[in-house]
Amino acid sequence: MSLPNPAVLITAMARELQAHLHTQHIDNPRFVGIHTGGVWVANALLKELDCQEPLGILNVSFYRDDFSRSGLHPQVRPSELPFDIEDQHLVLIDDVLMSGRTIRAALNELFDYGRPASVTLVCLLDLNARELPIRPDIVGATLSLEQNQRVKLTGPEPLAIQLQTLDHL
Amino acid sequence: MTPPSPKCPLQLNDQGRLRHFLSLDGLPRSMLTEILDTADSFLEVGARAVKKVPLLRGMTVCNVFFENSTRTRTTFELAAKRLSADVITLNVSTSSTSKGETLTDTLRNLEAMAADMFVVRHAESGAAHFIAEHVSPNVAIINGGDGRHAHPTQGMLDMLTIRRHKGDFEQLKVAIVGDILHSRVARSNMIALKTLGCPDIRVIAPKTLLPVGLEQYGVNVYTDVNEGLKGVDVIIMLRLQRERMQGGLLPSEGEFYRLYGLSEQRLALAHPDAIVLHPGPINRGVEIDSTVADCARSMILNQVTYGIAIRMAVLSMTMSGQNEQRQLDAEKQESR
Amino acid sequence: MRIQINGARLIDPASQMDKHADIFIDDGKIIAIGDTPRDFVAEQMIDANGLIAAPGLVDISASLREPGYGRKGSIASETRAAAAGGITSLCCTPHTKPILDTAAVVDLILDKARDEGSCKVFPLGALSQGLAGEQLAELVTLRNAGCVAFSNGLVPFSSNRVLRRALEYAATFDLTVIFHPQDAALAEGGIAHEGAVATFRGLAGIPETAETVALSRDLLLIEQSGVRAHFSQITTARGARLIAKAQARGLPVTADVAMYQLILTEDALMDFSSFYHVLPPLRSLADREGLREAVKSGVISAIASHHQPHEADAKLDPFAATEPGISSIELLLPLALSLVEEGLFDLPTALQRLTTGPAAALRLNAGRMSVGAAADIVLFDPKGQTIVGESWLSKGRNCPFMGHVLPGAVRYTLLNGRITHKNL
Repeated sequence: MSLPNPAVLITAMARELQAHLHTQHIDNPRFVGIHTGGVWVANALLKELDCQEPLGILNVSFYRDDFSRSGLHPQVRPSELPFDIEDQHLVLIDDVLMSGRTIRAALNELFDYGRPASVTLVCLLDLNARELPIRPDIVGATLSLEQNQRVKLTGPEPLAIQLQTLDHL
Repeated sequence: MTPPSPKCPLQLNDQGRLRHFLSLDGLPRSMLTEILDTADSFLEVGARAVKKVPLLRGMTVCNVFFENSTRTRTTFELAAKRLSADVITLNVSTSSTSKGETLTDTLRNLEAMAADMFVVRHAESGAAHFIAEHVSPNVAIINGGDGRHAHPTQGMLDMLTIRRHKGDFEQLKVAIVGDILHSRVARSNMIALKTLGCPDIRVIAPKTLLPVGLEQYGVNVYTDVNEGLKGVDVIIMLRLQRERMQGGLLPSEGEFYRLYGLSEQRLALAHPDAIVLHPGPINRGVEIDSTVADCARSMILNQVTYGIAIRMAVLSMTMSGQNEQRQLDAEKQESR
Repeated sequence: MRIQINGARLIDPASQMDKHADIFIDDGKIIAIGDTPRDFVAEQMIDANGLIAAPGLVDISASLREPGYGRKGSIASETRAAAAGGITSLCCTPHTKPILDTAAVVDLILDKARDEGSCKVFPLGALSQGLAGEQLAELVTLRNAGCVAFSNGLVPFSSNRVLRRALEYAATFDLTVIFHPQDAALAEGGIAHEGAVATFRGLAGIPETAETVALSRDLLLIEQSGVRAHFSQITTARGARLIAKAQARGLPVTADVAMYQLILTEDALMDFSSFYHVLPPLRSLADREGLREAVKSGVISAIASHHQPHEADAKLDPFAATEPGISSIELLLPLALSLVEEGLFDLPTALQRLTTGPAAALRLNAGRMSVGAAADIVLFDPKGQTIVGESWLSKGRNCPFMGHVLPGAVRYTLLNGRITHKNL
C-alpha cells in the first residue's frame, strides 16, 4: 500500500480547516495538540496557516480508560494550556484516530479546565477502526489496515508515516 | 559505597515497577527521577480549576495510622481525592491494637474491607515491610513513616523541592541538621540524595544525635554547624522533639539552639542562594529562627504543595504497578 | 542389652582417637573398642559403615521452656529435638516459670527428663532468687538437687556489690557461675547490633561496649572472688580478646559462643526478618571473624546451641515487637559440619568444641567415648544431607535456616546404649 506524504496532507487540511471555521463562524480559535504526534501535526498546521497563536499541549495519560489494565504510561509530561478554556473555540489536533478513546480522554481533560464554546477535531489519519462514536471534522487521509498492521508518525522534521507489521498477531 | 539494599525487592513487581512504596532503599535512580517527573505533571493539576484527574476513580485508599499524624494524613487524603479515589481513615492507635488485638488480626480485618491501597504509619521500624509481607499482595502498601526507618514520600518531596529550586543534584552540597539518630526523614533523604548523585551530603549534629556507620555510606559527618554549613546549597532542618532532653542526649533546647539552631547569621554561612527545608511542624526558636522560617529562601510552605503532588505520583505509580502485576499473573495462569 | 556398632570411623577428641573400629556396649556402657570381647554375643548390631561415631554432643545452653512456657516448648519435645541434633547431654537455662531457683523445680525437670529418656539434662540454677538480681538463691541446696552451675541470664544485679557477694558465696562452695556479659543500661532499648545496618534500618542499637564493659567488670570481680567462671554467648571480637588476655594472665575462665553467632551477622537484618532477632544480637562481620578465631584457637572452648524455641505469634510482628531467640538445637551437628566445610576447623576440633570443651567448662561427666564411659554416642553420615524442616521436632519453628540444605546427617543417637534418635 502506498503511504501518503504528511506534508501534502497538511497543506490540504489547512485549506479545509479554514473553510470549515469560516462556515462555522469561528473567528479566533485556540489550537490544542495531543502529545506527541498531535503536537507535531498541530505545529505543522499552524505554520501552514501562518498562525502565531500559542499552541496548547495536552497529555492525556491521566484520563486514559486503560489504567486498570496497562497502568500509568512511564513517560508523562505535564499538559500546558497557555490560554483560558472557558467559552473558547478550540481546534483539537491528533495524528492518528483509531478507536477514538484518546480523543474521548482529551475531551474529558479539556472539560476539567473549563467549558469550551466548541471543539473542532482535526486528525492526520483516520484508520476507520472506531470503537466510540467520534468522528474528525477534518481528516488528512483514511487508511484501511490489516489486522496485524499499525501506523506510526515520525517527526517532528520531517513528518513521515511508517507502516509496522506486528509479528505476534 | 552505597547502602546495602534488600535482597528481594518486595516493593517491585515482576517488571521492576513499583507495586508498594516502602522505602527508597534499593530503588534505581531512574525510578526516583520518574517519581519526580510524574509529580511535576501532578503539580500542574493542582493549579487548575478542577484539581482532579480520574486515574483512581472507583478505587479505595485506606489510611491506616497506628501512629498519629494530622499533616501526613491530610496530604495523603488530598492526594487520593485528587486522583478521584475514595478515602477512608482509620486511626488504629485509638482502637483495636490498644484492645490487645495482634497486628496480623487487625490487618485481616482491614483486608476484608477490600481496599485497594493502605497508607500506613507505624511507630516500629520495619512495620511497612511487615504489613506488605502479611497482607494480600494485591493490596498496595504505601509507607507513611515507620519508626526511625523511612519516610519515603517525605524524602521524595524534599528531592522535588530541591530539583525545582536548585536543579541538578550532581552540583549540590546538601546539609541535614538535627536529630539524625531518631529521624526517618533524615534516613530517606540521605538515601535519595545518594541515589540521585549528590556528591556532598552532610549531616550536622552532636555525637549523641548521630547514629554510627554513616561515613560508610559516603555521608560527611560534622559536629560543628559553622563548618558544616559552609557553602551549602540546601539546608534541611530536622525537628527536635522534647523527649530528647531526657536520657542525656541534650542538656536543653536553649543550648541546642545556641549550637545548632538555624539563625540568620548561620544561614549567611551557606551559599547566598541556599534554600531551607523542614519536614514540619517547626519549633520556632529551637531548631530554626522565626525570621529564617518565614524568609524568601524558606521552602517550607512549598514543601506542602510538592508533598501532595509526590503523593499523587506515588499512589498512581504503585496502583499502576499492581494492575500490571495482576495482568502478568492472569497471563501466567492462562498459559498453564 | 548388648549392642555392637560395626565399621564406623571413631573420633573421640578427649583421647585424640581417630580410627576405624567396632564399639561394644553392654548395660549402657562402652565395654570395649576394637576387638570383640570374649563371650560377647550382640543382641543388636548396628551397621555403621560410612558413618562417623563420636561422643554424644554436650549442649550447655538450651531453653526447654518447661515448666511454664508450654506454647513455646516442653521437656519432651525439646529433648527429642536435641537427640535429633546428636546431643546426649544438655544444660537447661533457669528461665522457667516458676524460675529454676528451688529444688522442687529441679526435681520436676530431672524427673520429666528421665521419664522422657531422650537426653541427659543438667539444670542451670538461678544465681539470684527469681532471677531478680537482688538476693542470692539457695545455691548449695540447688547444687545438691542437681544443678551443675548458676546463671542470672541477661538480668543485671542491683549493684556491683551484690554481684560480688554472690560470686564470693559461689566461690565458697566451689560452684561455677555462668556470666552473660551485657551492661543493661548501655543495652537499654536496643534490639540489634549498633552498627551501619541497624542505622539504616532504623533499629535501636546495642553497642559493643554493652558486652565489653560488663565483661571487664566481671573479669575483675572473678579475679577478686576466685569463683569458677564461664562466659556464655560472647558476641564481640573485642570480648573474645579480653577473655584471651585474662586466660593468658592465668585466670581459668572458659567461654562459649552460640553456633548461629559463628554463621550469621548483622547483614541478616536487612529485610527486617524477625527470625534474626536474637539477644545478645548478631554483630558485624569483623566480630564474627574474631569469634571464629577464638573458637579455632580454643580461647572459646565450647559451642552451644542457645536454643530458644517460640510459638509462631512471638515472631509475627514488626521486628522490635517480636521476642528474641532462634530454635536450632536439632541442627547443632549439621551446622558444625557446615563450618568444617568452610574450613574454619577440622572435624576433630569441631567435635571437641561440642563435647569435651563444654563438658570441661562446666565439669560435666560427659563428652567422652572410651571404655568404661556411658554409651552416649552419635553416629552420623558425613556425606549425607540434612534438609532443615523436613522432619522438625522442636515446638519452635523460629529457625532462619528452614529450607536450607546442610551437610551431614545424624543417623543414630544413643543414650546409655539406647537409641534415642534414628534417621536412615
